[in-house]
Amino acid sequence: MGTEPHQAAPMTRIVAIVSLALALGCAGARGRAERHAASTLTVRGSDTMVVLSQRWAQAYRHARGDVSVQVSGGGSGVGIASLLAGTTDLAASSREVTSHELAALARARGVEPEVYRVAIDALAVYVHESSALREIELSALQDLYRGRITRWSALGGPDEPVVLYGRENNSGTYVFFKERVLDRLDFVAETQSLPGTSAVIHAVSRDRRGVGYGGIGYGAGVRLVAVRAAPDAEAVLPDERSAIDRRYPLARFLYLVRADAETAKARDYLEWILSDEGQGEVEAAGFFPLPRDVREAELARLGSPPATARLATPPGASESM
Amino acid sequence: MSDATSSTRRLGQMRTPLWQRAAERGLAIIAMSAIAAVVLILVFILREAAPLFVDELALEAQGGLSSLVRARTWEGYDAPEHVWQPVGFPGKLNILPLFAGTLKITLLTMLLSVPVGLGGAIFLAEYAPRRLREVVKPAVELLASVPSVVVGFFALAVLAGGLQRLVDATYRLNATVAALGLAFAVVPVVVTISEDALRAVPRDLVEASLALGARRWQTTLGVTLPAALPGIAAAIVLGFGRAVGETMIVLMASGNAPVLDASPLSSARTVTATIAAELGEVTPGDDHWRVLFLLGGLLFVVTVGLNEAGRFAVGRLRRRLRAEGVT
Repeated sequence: MGTEPHQAAPMTRIVAIVSLALALGCAGARGRAERHAASTLTVRGSDTMVVLSQRWAQAYRHARGDVSVQVSGGGSGVGIASLLAGTTDLAASSREVTSHELAALARARGVEPEVYRVAIDALAVYVHESSALREIELSALQDLYRGRITRWSALGGPDEPVVLYGRENNSGTYVFFKERVLDRLDFVAETQSLPGTSAVIHAVSRDRRGVGYGGIGYGAGVRLVAVRAAPDAEAVLPDERSAIDRRYPLARFLYLVRADAETAKARDYLEWILSDEGQGEVEAAGFFPLPRDVREAELARLGSPPATARLATPPGASESM
Repeated sequence: MSDATSSTRRLGQMRTPLWQRAAERGLAIIAMSAIAAVVLILVFILREAAPLFVDELALEAQGGLSSLVRARTWEGYDAPEHVWQPVGFPGKLNILPLFAGTLKITLLTMLLSVPVGLGGAIFLAEYAPRRLREVVKPAVELLASVPSVVVGFFALAVLAGGLQRLVDATYRLNATVAALGLAFAVVPVVVTISEDALRAVPRDLVEASLALGARRWQTTLGVTLPAALPGIAAAIVLGFGRAVGETMIVLMASGNAPVLDASPLSSARTVTATIAAELGEVTPGDDHWRVLFLLGGLLFVVTVGLNEAGRFAVGRLRRRLRAEGVT
């Protein structure tokens, strides 16, 4: 039949084009993969720090180009376990690394592990601006969120029900609150969960019976509550200063842990994180940057040249890109 | 395959050009891919949830598979409770509060939507002047196309405050606010389909009723409505399915507290909102992840079951009505 060759011709052409495309695609992918392997840095651990770590990874790639940082969560414990197994370069931890873990790391990796403070996390408690509540003790805050106190009258307020606002359980803030305030016990089921600090602030600003927690932010209609750690402790309002010197009870350092002798890429990455640019990302992710003295101490431990030279760039210079 | 078929096929090939055959084949593949997609989704969901039933270590800290539905006195609790608190020490994965939340919000939605939707449909089909109907019906259909995130925002920002001023509810965001928001999505479904069903009732029936001296409302209640019942049932089932499956509106307006109660003014956390809120951050493969997929699978089964039950009911109703000679 006369039509056969005509049909066959486009067919072979298609096959040729497709196989060529596939071949090119494979070659390209292989090239990418090789480049990838050459300079990948993995960070694994704290879920609280995932967003921050991803911001750092992106900005670092932007700044350095040749290094790709891969971030995954799983929890601080998972990060340290991975570091122990040698499957990650850095472990992210939102709690202090225990002496037991440090010893295990030293045994498994054959070098002294190094723990670096990289940012400060703090959360605030808010009430409606018309509320009479000025300060609260940690134990009373726990009673509120465990449903043991259900009326404001128990805290010297009017005889009205308490409406609890909190964060979704996928947020690090939720976990931090659960660990630090609730002693790892459960929130009462009536706690309404909202998808972000701004949603919590908005809800509390509309609800005179409301109380909420979240990142430190100031919104119209809400007031921050001072927190006291114990009955005889001073009540402290959260701000940069009280979070940094840790007088505020709901503040903590965030850490990156390293357990290899001398790989330049981890060292460079940590050094960049402690730079103005890296610390700028900390603020953008809703945490507090480290105070200058802590940064200098951590840089000195990294073994970098005098920190003062590194910090000379005026703040904000990195944002002009 | 016989020689006869292959020769007719060859004849057919000579007449239809290649591109046409290719297009037909392509359309067939696209049609099949819809079925394949449904099957693949179900297989994917079940595959992720299956380890819960197979893996002996699944839900070990929670006390086994029965912990998904059984109340337990956890550390720090005074009495046995059904707790959904998947991030905890250990995580608590009781799915009853979530289904209770879905049921509560869906029933409230239907309670609001069916009378309004049906009333609107009867008005449009029976009483509205044609010119009014030609304006109102497209407007109602337009309401159905408002993105649910916009409806949710409206419920959160406007309806919640309005309801609280009206009844002084303790919880500003509650099941009723979510149901009000959902009604915006469900009422158009009920109105459109019911109105079509009512208008499909043969005019002879209506005219016979009127000729016998029945009043307009008597005709509507006694003749038109029963005759249109299968279509109206379909409208309600479809509306129900929409209410069960809707995610964004309830996520924004319900308060998302996993409480197990029947109060319309307390908060509720639905199955859909839970999946949407939690799946993004959960560790793939752990129990929480598996239970979220189980929830998705159950939701899938519930909505498919509802649709089938509705179809079955409609079919029976239609047969019965036909036997009685109504249509």
